[in-house]
Amino acid sequence: MTVLPRTAARAGRERTTRAVWLIGLAILLLVLPRLIYPVLALDILAWGLFAVAFDLLFGFSGLLSFGHAAFWGSSAYVTAYLLGQGQSVPVAMLGGTLSALALAVPIAFLSVRSAGIYFSMITLAFAQMLSFLALQWTDVTGGENGLQGFERPGFLGMDFSDSLTRYYFCLAVFAVGFYVAYRTVRSPFGQAQQAVRDNEQRAESIGFNPVRFKFTAFLISAALAGLAGSMYAFGHGVVSLEVVNWRTSGEVVMMTLLGGTTTLFGPVIGAGIVLLLRDVLTTANLPVGIVTGLVFVATVLFFRRGVVGTLQHWMRRR
Amino acid sequence: MNTQLLLIQVFNGLVNGAFYALLSLGLAVIFGMLRIVNFMHGALYMLGAFTAFALGQAFGLGFWPSLILAPLIVAGIGMVLERGLLSRLYGLEPSYNLLLTFGLTLLTQDLVKQVMLSQYAVSSAPYTPPPVLSGVVNLGFVVFPKYRLFVIGLSLLICLITWFVIEKTRVGAIIRASTENPGVTRAFGIDVGKWVTGVFGVGVGLAGLAGVLAAPIYSVEPYMGAELIITTFAVVVIGGMGSILGSVITGFAVGVLAAIGAALYPPIANTLVFILMTLVLLVRPSGLFGLPEGAR
Repeated sequence: MTVLPRTAARAGRERTTRAVWLIGLAILLLVLPRLIYPVLALDILAWGLFAVAFDLLFGFSGLLSFGHAAFWGSSAYVTAYLLGQGQSVPVAMLGGTLSALALAVPIAFLSVRSAGIYFSMITLAFAQMLSFLALQWTDVTGGENGLQGFERPGFLGMDFSDSLTRYYFCLAVFAVGFYVAYRTVRSPFGQAQQAVRDNEQRAESIGFNPVRFKFTAFLISAALAGLAGSMYAFGHGVVSLEVVNWRTSGEVVMMTLLGGTTTLFGPVIGAGIVLLLRDVLTTANLPVGIVTGLVFVATVLFFRRGVVGTLQHWMRRR
Repeated sequence: MNTQLLLIQVFNGLVNGAFYALLSLGLAVIFGMLRIVNFMHGALYMLGAFTAFALGQAFGLGFWPSLILAPLIVAGIGMVLERGLLSRLYGLEPSYNLLLTFGLTLLTQDLVKQVMLSQYAVSSAPYTPPPVLSGVVNLGFVVFPKYRLFVIGLSLLICLITWFVIEKTRVGAIIRASTENPGVTRAFGIDVGKWVTGVFGVGVGLAGLAGVLAAPIYSVEPYMGAELIITTFAVVVIGGMGSILGSVITGFAVGVLAAIGAALYPPIANTLVFILMTLVLLVRPSGLFGLPEGAR
């Protein structure tokens, strides 16, 4: 009976490591707007949550969605639209998140029955359809011009014209979203979800319905992506067609992979690296697309564990 | 809507369908053999158009030599990428190759953009069809641009040849066998790995050919393949990844249906393909010609 104590010891150690990671991430995010300008820091929060949401589906369900821009983008549009209509910030963000969730129901229903590469193509196609709709539905989306100059009315004494206030407000929203993702992965649902990912037949044979788990995971992931999209619209004050573009769907994959899939924290780090890199490149007037393309290719070929995944791998070996 | 307008739309639909067919045919051939989805297909289509344009600028080569050379160059580039990069990921989840080819797409597009800006100081360039194919043909009941008729005809011919080679020849038999069961095929003494590169080259060569054909219709532009490839993915989902002939028929049929739909109700033009995909997914999740997941 030596197995039990050793497992318990390992579980304890893992809990400690996880706590260290969490505290480290929290400190980093708290001081971030002092290190870089607040709008960029806010972008990292929004994209970070987006990538965490994406990884709930990619890493923990094994479903590579190539159309997550649909949820991020639709929520960004709805949030901006509601703010433009004079709604308060929490209402607009909630509206955006719910619209992403509502959009996810039919898309998830049609796509989760297909596996592997088929799933990727179907989600990509739906996102593209949405991007065409956004282009055409100019009354709501502003078409090529996008939406800008919308109000951000103060809430509970907070003045959202100040970018630092916006950042810390969004940090609170981010914490809620991250907690939801964290709880989902650690819950019995999350365990079953990963069992389905690892061996669908086995999971089915012990009574789990794979399609139902994938469907639910898809909805949670899409809603969190929507929450992230509403943060982006609120933080940026501008929403353009870029938010529903296929590149956006690809970018979130890149952030997740670079940071480390199934590590929970990793995608946030990945988002930070990609956005900082892009910022440096744009400032230096270097070709952004070529460098990010190279980073993407190199990550897929040689660095599939990602930054956090590699670190954890090293620490576990020591 | 009068009959003449409808006929014109059907022809235009066939032109779009010709591109869908050539691209989804290439995708189907590659998927059949390698079980990967080549996201780069759109970028290689663009590269075909760009190569034709660049050959014209650098060596004064006209449409006809480019129509042969550009697809060969694209096939060569594709084969180098397959050997050098894609083959490293064959043991892993097929998703990783989708991601790899996505990254290569970003890279290719922006490289071409840089080259076009620095070498030719343009962000997009027109490409003129040869004089023989300019002008219109009067078919009696309708007038139609010669070049577009040529595109429909040539792409039909290429699709038929590809289908014939795969279904009726020894080479095709080897390819089909390697697709269906690589292990058993290897046991018969056939080096499956060697065929993979060739098949990949043919698949992307078809994309290059489609690119050259598209150059005179749309202008040569770094992002010309990006949205087309996503629409083609929807076409592939509609047809299912099962059969070569299926992908060709679906390509043309979707092109025509989308064009007619667009004529009846213009706002739907861009989204009709995706609506068709949704309907097919509701009724037949594995596509019109595809086998159910378990049967593969």
